[in-house]
Amino acid sequence: MSSKLWQTFKTPWIDDNPITLQILGICSALAVTTSLDTALVMAAAVICVLALSGAAVSLIRQHLPRSIRIIVQITIIASLVIVVDQVLKAFAFEISKRLSVFVGLIVTNCIVLGRAEGFAMRNGVLASTFDGIGNGIGYGLILVLVGALREFFGKGSLLGKQILITTAQGGAFEPLHLMLLPPSAFFIIGVIIWVIRNKKPEQIEQSEFEVRSETEVGQQ
Amino acid sequence: MTDLTGLFLRSVFIENLALSFFLGMCTFLAVSKRVETAFGVGLAMIAVQTVTVPVNNLIYTFVLAPGALSWAGLDDVDLSFLSLIAFIGVIAAMVQVLEMTVEFHAPKLYRALGIFLPLITVNCAILGGTLFMVERSYSFTQSVVYGFGTGVGWALAIVMLASIRERLKYSDIPDGLKGLGISFIVVGIMSLAFMGFSGIG
Repeated sequence: MSSKLWQTFKTPWIDDNPITLQILGICSALAVTTSLDTALVMAAAVICVLALSGAAVSLIRQHLPRSIRIIVQITIIASLVIVVDQVLKAFAFEISKRLSVFVGLIVTNCIVLGRAEGFAMRNGVLASTFDGIGNGIGYGLILVLVGALREFFGKGSLLGKQILITTAQGGAFEPLHLMLLPPSAFFIIGVIIWVIRNKKPEQIEQSEFEVRSETEVGQQ
Repeated sequence: MTDLTGLFLRSVFIENLALSFFLGMCTFLAVSKRVETAFGVGLAMIAVQTVTVPVNNLIYTFVLAPGALSWAGLDDVDLSFLSLIAFIGVIAAMVQVLEMTVEFHAPKLYRALGIFLPLITVNCAILGGTLFMVERSYSFTQSVVYGFGTGVGWALAIVMLASIRERLKYSDIPDGLKGLGISFIVVGIMSLAFMGFSGIG
């Protein structure tokens, strides 16, 4: 694999992560992460759709009139999602029920259209496929991390296997119900962003107004 | 009539698409830096939502639902597996029309919205609204109210977040949390506050 392809493939993992930096695909990242197995299945589904839609859009990009590009892209994506949805219903019915509308909502997962519009429209088939898979992995990493944290602290289990014994079962662990509720997902992703940006200071956003104080200058 | 008022209030506050279903988050976080743009997107969202939900309702009832084609003599045809494509097609067409209108009449807003106007197509709040409408089998009138209500709720949430973020610019935030990080935390707190409405039921 040439180094350029490898770059396209790898940068979205952390350096240009779709969720923490590009602000794409956040909705499902928050909604399906109450347990680890749904997060894993969702990540796999999104990786498939991203790779295939990237390849398909890039294939027809020369023939696509600008004014109808979005409708065409969306139709491609929707067809792929219907396929993934039917496959999930056939082979993993349990999980597909728990994911409910969110498999369908991959159509509107902005990562997919964002990458189709922002990358596949300007690049070759191979590069677009790798870009799709890379972004899918970056998305999946965050999803799995959040899913694991929420399931572990919310229910004391991972992948449905009880790890901490809850007080209801006679153990010492009091499940944090807030972890299963919407707000916790926001807090966790906020903190993940904080951690990543501490490791990668170049991702820090410039503030529009500098707060000037003597002590701050002194600390620096 | 009270039913419809209840439905409206529920879709604006209790079941706020952005804050309790996480729908439309990408746009929600990306375009909420300024109240002015947030207001623009909010209006666009209300417009698209008010039109697409009822239109999709009609399409679903008369074309896609199992047995819906009986008016054409096709009693046992079930096209519901096509609903995703049909819904998204309606939404994409609506957004394209809206994009042209905004570009023509409000070029400044058009530039400010940038890529996020086309991205309204993939705003999950819009498709989500339609899917919820189907799941709860709303009637046509209900779907008009529901579409308008969810649009207003989403617009309300984004304008609120934008107002908070405008103030946040002046505060001293740890470097890593600046921008996106602190917005997530703020939305989390807003979502906690909106959970309080769920008691009204």
